[in-house]
Amino acid sequence: MPRIFVYIAHRNGVADDSAAELLAAAKKIDAAASPTAIITGSGADLDGVCSTLRASYREVWKVANEALAYPNAELIRKALVNIVPAGSIVLVAHEHFGIDLAPGLSIKTNSAFVSDVLDIAGIEGTDLKVVRQEFGGQVSAHVRCDISSGAVITIRPGAFKPLQSTPFSGTVVDKSADIGVLTAGRRYLETVVAEAGDVDISKHNILVSIGRGIQEKENVAIAQELADALGAAVSCSRPVVDAKWMEKSRQVGSSGKTVKPKVYLACGISGACQHLAGIKGNPFLIAINKNPKAPIFQVAHVGIVDDLLEFLPELTNRVHEMRAVAAK
Amino acid sequence: MEILVCVRRVPDTSENEIALNSAGNDIERDELVYSINEADNYAVEEALQIVARVGGNVTVATVGGEDDEEILRREMAMGANHGVLITDDAFNGSDGKGIATILKAFVQKGNYDLILTGVQAEDGGAQVGGMLAALLDYPFASLVNSIEAVDGKKLKVSREIEGGNKEISEIDLPCVLSIQTGINEPRYVGMKGIRQVASIPVPTFGVPELAIDASTVGAAAAKVTRVDYFVPALGKGAEMLEGTRDENIEKLLELVAAKGGLK
Amino acid sequence: MVGFHSSAELTSWLTRGQVLFLVIHILGVACFAYIVAKRLVPLVRGQRDLRFDQPLARLGKVLKFWLGQWKHPRYPVAGTLHILIFAGFILLAMRAFTVLIVGVSQNFVMPGLSGRAGPIYNTITDYAATIVFLCMVIAVIRRLVFKPARYAVPARFGKAHTADAIFLLSLIAVLMVADSLFAAAKAAAESQQGRPLEVLAVFSLPWILQSALASTSIPILGRLYFSGYLLHEITFYFLLCYRPFGIQFHVETSLFNVYFAKLNKGTLKPVRWGVSDAHLDQVKSFGVKTFEDFTWKHMLDFYSCADCGRCSNNCPANAAGRPLSPRFITTKARDYAFEHYPMFGHAGNGKPLVGSKESGGIYSEDEIWSCTTCGACEEECPLLVEYIDKIVDLRRGMIDDGNVPQSLQKPLKALESRGNPYGKMEKKRGDWANAKGFQQICRVKTLDKQNGADTLYFADSITSYDDRMQSIGRATAKILDHVGEKFGILGAAERDSGHEVRRFGEETLFMALRDHNVEAIKAAGVKRIVTADPHAYNALKHDYKDVPPVEHVSQLIAREVKSGKIKFNPVENEKNVYTYHDPCYLGRHNQIYDDPRDVLDAIPGLKRVEMTRSRDRSFCCGGGGLMLFYEPKEDERIGVKRVRMAAEAGANVIVTACPFCMVNIEDAIKVAGLEGKMTAIDLAELVDQQIVREPQEVA
Repeated sequence: MPRIFVYIAHRNGVADDSAAELLAAAKKIDAAASPTAIITGSGADLDGVCSTLRASYREVWKVANEALAYPNAELIRKALVNIVPAGSIVLVAHEHFGIDLAPGLSIKTNSAFVSDVLDIAGIEGTDLKVVRQEFGGQVSAHVRCDISSGAVITIRPGAFKPLQSTPFSGTVVDKSADIGVLTAGRRYLETVVAEAGDVDISKHNILVSIGRGIQEKENVAIAQELADALGAAVSCSRPVVDAKWMEKSRQVGSSGKTVKPKVYLACGISGACQHLAGIKGNPFLIAINKNPKAPIFQVAHVGIVDDLLEFLPELTNRVHEMRAVAAK
Repeated sequence: MEILVCVRRVPDTSENEIALNSAGNDIERDELVYSINEADNYAVEEALQIVARVGGNVTVATVGGEDDEEILRREMAMGANHGVLITDDAFNGSDGKGIATILKAFVQKGNYDLILTGVQAEDGGAQVGGMLAALLDYPFASLVNSIEAVDGKKLKVSREIEGGNKEISEIDLPCVLSIQTGINEPRYVGMKGIRQVASIPVPTFGVPELAIDASTVGAAAAKVTRVDYFVPALGKGAEMLEGTRDENIEKLLELVAAKGGLK
Repeated sequence: MVGFHSSAELTSWLTRGQVLFLVIHILGVACFAYIVAKRLVPLVRGQRDLRFDQPLARLGKVLKFWLGQWKHPRYPVAGTLHILIFAGFILLAMRAFTVLIVGVSQNFVMPGLSGRAGPIYNTITDYAATIVFLCMVIAVIRRLVFKPARYAVPARFGKAHTADAIFLLSLIAVLMVADSLFAAAKAAAESQQGRPLEVLAVFSLPWILQSALASTSIPILGRLYFSGYLLHEITFYFLLCYRPFGIQFHVETSLFNVYFAKLNKGTLKPVRWGVSDAHLDQVKSFGVKTFEDFTWKHMLDFYSCADCGRCSNNCPANAAGRPLSPRFITTKARDYAFEHYPMFGHAGNGKPLVGSKESGGIYSEDEIWSCTTCGACEEECPLLVEYIDKIVDLRRGMIDDGNVPQSLQKPLKALESRGNPYGKMEKKRGDWANAKGFQQICRVKTLDKQNGADTLYFADSITSYDDRMQSIGRATAKILDHVGEKFGILGAAERDSGHEVRRFGEETLFMALRDHNVEAIKAAGVKRIVTADPHAYNALKHDYKDVPPVEHVSQLIAREVKSGKIKFNPVENEKNVYTYHDPCYLGRHNQIYDDPRDVLDAIPGLKRVEMTRSRDRSFCCGGGGLMLFYEPKEDERIGVKRVRMAAEAGANVIVTACPFCMVNIEDAIKVAGLEGKMTAIDLAELVDQQIVREPQEVA
């Protein structure tokens, strides 16, 4: 079995949630494996992340360099090519950085590439069998990947549940000297933070969507709190926009926006087909509605008959609780 | 600026119901409607807007067969100057790297300042752009939602990162960019426009024209292959959660996490 | 008249007054001719428009709408005023002419008026001038004091037109006064000299002036006589030459505008007159992009608009606060024509009409997309100005340039690939007839080589695919079955009728859909077509050629009610109050107003009220022109306004006969917060519900 490396992103000294998820994925590929975490960056933040990761990874490779203070995929790729042994499997989270880094990395390490993996189905000879989705999630597929010369695999965030394990004290190996010369044809300039009104609901993976059941403008905040807790955005159906409780840019529907989230919480939405027409890609649809006969229950995957004005705040609390636990 | 946009013809997810066929080994393809991959269309529109500003030409190319010509024509109706079909039996069954290898050979036959692809197609691979850049040793940026030409040698691009934030970078030409949907508002291509380009010849490029080593592409060279399609079991109509509120919340969060929710 | 100083002799400061007046005549006429010639320049450059056929029918329209002022009474106050003014002008025409000639040929009398007819004519025209004068005064007061809302100019369209209006009204008043003064001075002088005189009509304006001048000295009367004449001539020619610079040009152009008006409602102008569909690929550019792309008749429309605001006052898009105001579509184009085709200098700037002000545009995109093609504007316009063809032509131009809002590209793409705007599969188009065990209740066969029928039920997309509207399809099928109609549907072979697609400006896509449907209809070998969708009805009737005659289901039901084949049970709840909402494409565009009402009135115990805006003044539900997929900015939804009108009329059930209307009205009921207080039902559904069925029939 090839050696497994896990590249972990971090921000402000905190490792991304993917650290635990990627570890779980690595373990599923090879239960006996002792995956190595790789992190890049510079300064005290980097060291902080190292020490957290030591608790779950036996070996943490640290690459410290001023040029890597902001994660530049091209530079990091160059570094990884120089330090990761040939034939290894490298796991990366499938999000904006992973998408930037991973395909090119697979070319430069001459290894196979498979992206947005949801599950590991096992090893067959020199092939790793994984589960992916296609057509915006409408069908799943088993994919075989020849790992005889290694592989770069991106893992869908949230697909693998972090494993419970006793923390241990891993070693931190400084690989900063081995990365070679860092030059790139792309140079980071700055990050422009989105204005509050700039939420593009069509780009979010989770949507907390509200309908007339929200009843009044003041209650929109209830949905917003849940969305914040989930890292989601609040979207809505037509009546909410008409009532001027939310901006038109939040509207999902045939005359509003088309969204392709992975998870859609329809709260107090009846399920008119003009609204549903804006939801593509067959997301996991949860309907919360006071009315057990609401048409949305015909198309939802999971339904809960409850008063959203009471349900959502409790749901939000629970999410906060879970995050507090996970952060510890 | 000479711009190449690599495009792909895919089943149109908004107008098709994707279902498994009766044998259970593929999706039902009999009544699918195909169109250009949405992100690729945005890329072509972006290319057209760039040359409208700075001059140049837009070439659209696809790796495929006869059926794929229709999207080249559609993009030419939209305004692209040239359409190229890259086709050869030897290319069939290529995986992502195979496609990127083929495209690299095509790029090296021309003189392109900028190469655009869509972020991803219907299989969610999101790989060809990044692979092509690495093969060519060109700089790369993915999820691009804004392009500004700084001078003839570099561009200023914005990438879409989490929370609606934008990462701004400078990138040297020639480079490869993968374009995110929503970067612009693609112009409408009507039936009239398509009819008017119906008889423009579309040149083809195969193994001999690309001087490519056939053993590096095609099914035999592919390291990644799809084995089957399946639909994971999920009941019809909503599964109603009938527990107490707390139980429902737990179950709900479990399901959300499993579906790629909680970050 | 012996001894009387004629006006020509009165002048002492001119060599011969006659020369002055003659010069004014020549200058005035020459000026006018030059101005009109300049105004005709863009028309000559415009596209052709075939309006020279059917002269008798056209003359009929002239008699009804121009001479008969048929549309004017729709606004009673303004209408009455205008009828009086118009009648006055017609009557005064000969008198004015006579007065003008008299200055150079003092004994001139119009042929035919030398005998007894003369004084009678003069009496009539004395009163006519008086009435016109009074109308001018009332009109000015209306403008300044009462300020009817439809004359107001919203800020985004510029300054108010009040000053100009009052200026013109005042000039006409001056003209009347001048004419009256001329006659009065002469009569006063004659009566002082004891000559046989022409009696002025009692209490008329000339008569009043004559009484005031009764004891004025002859020399002063002479001056007044002369002044009145000169004032009349100058004012007359000033007005003549000024009118073509503003809305008053309609005085000259109205006759022509009505003569050349469109004869067949519900049809659309082809992409290019004189170019058949088969040769359309030779036309490089579709639609109206620059001003010169308009036809000459459309340009004449721009000249003929009287700025009365009746169109915008009835436009549902305008009422909802959308950017569209039809009146300004016309006046902006007219202003463009005046600006770019001036009296002296170069013409035309060739810039696209649709676009920002910076790029030289006069229309915004939203303005053009806002129209639902309901036809209320055309129904109101007293000058028969046409709007729908222009909006469709402008849309054709935008589509040709690829300029289509993103939200509308999806349904258009779906129509192209799947033949319906929802993107649903073709093979499921006929499924509505099988749903919910319907085949047990009513067998609906799909027509093909083995299964034929005399009648085709053309369902069209919204009835076929929308879950709610499918019940209209099923109700219609049951009605057809009940009356013994041998019918079938096209099922998967049917495509969208293309009616909205065409009015949206996508002519090529429309032709593809139409050609497909015509093939399918021919293959089905049917003798007639029935539909419950007024848009499909209008398409099959007016947009399609070579198809069997088509009928709307309301017509069929009305006929069978009269024949006795359809009998109704009394309504269950006598407390319900029903009102009928006229769908635009059944009512206004095709004049089917009574059949649905007769049907409703035949249901025992059904209480029906009329909304204020009904029949040809029906207020569009907002559903036409692919509007289900696009929403321009608006203050209140069109449908919501309509639902409130129903509530105001005292109704709690709205009956309509169009699935588009049903979608919008049901939606609007929710948005207006009237759920539970107001319901909507389709005519076919209601009929199906109330039909008396034999015991063996399944209800």
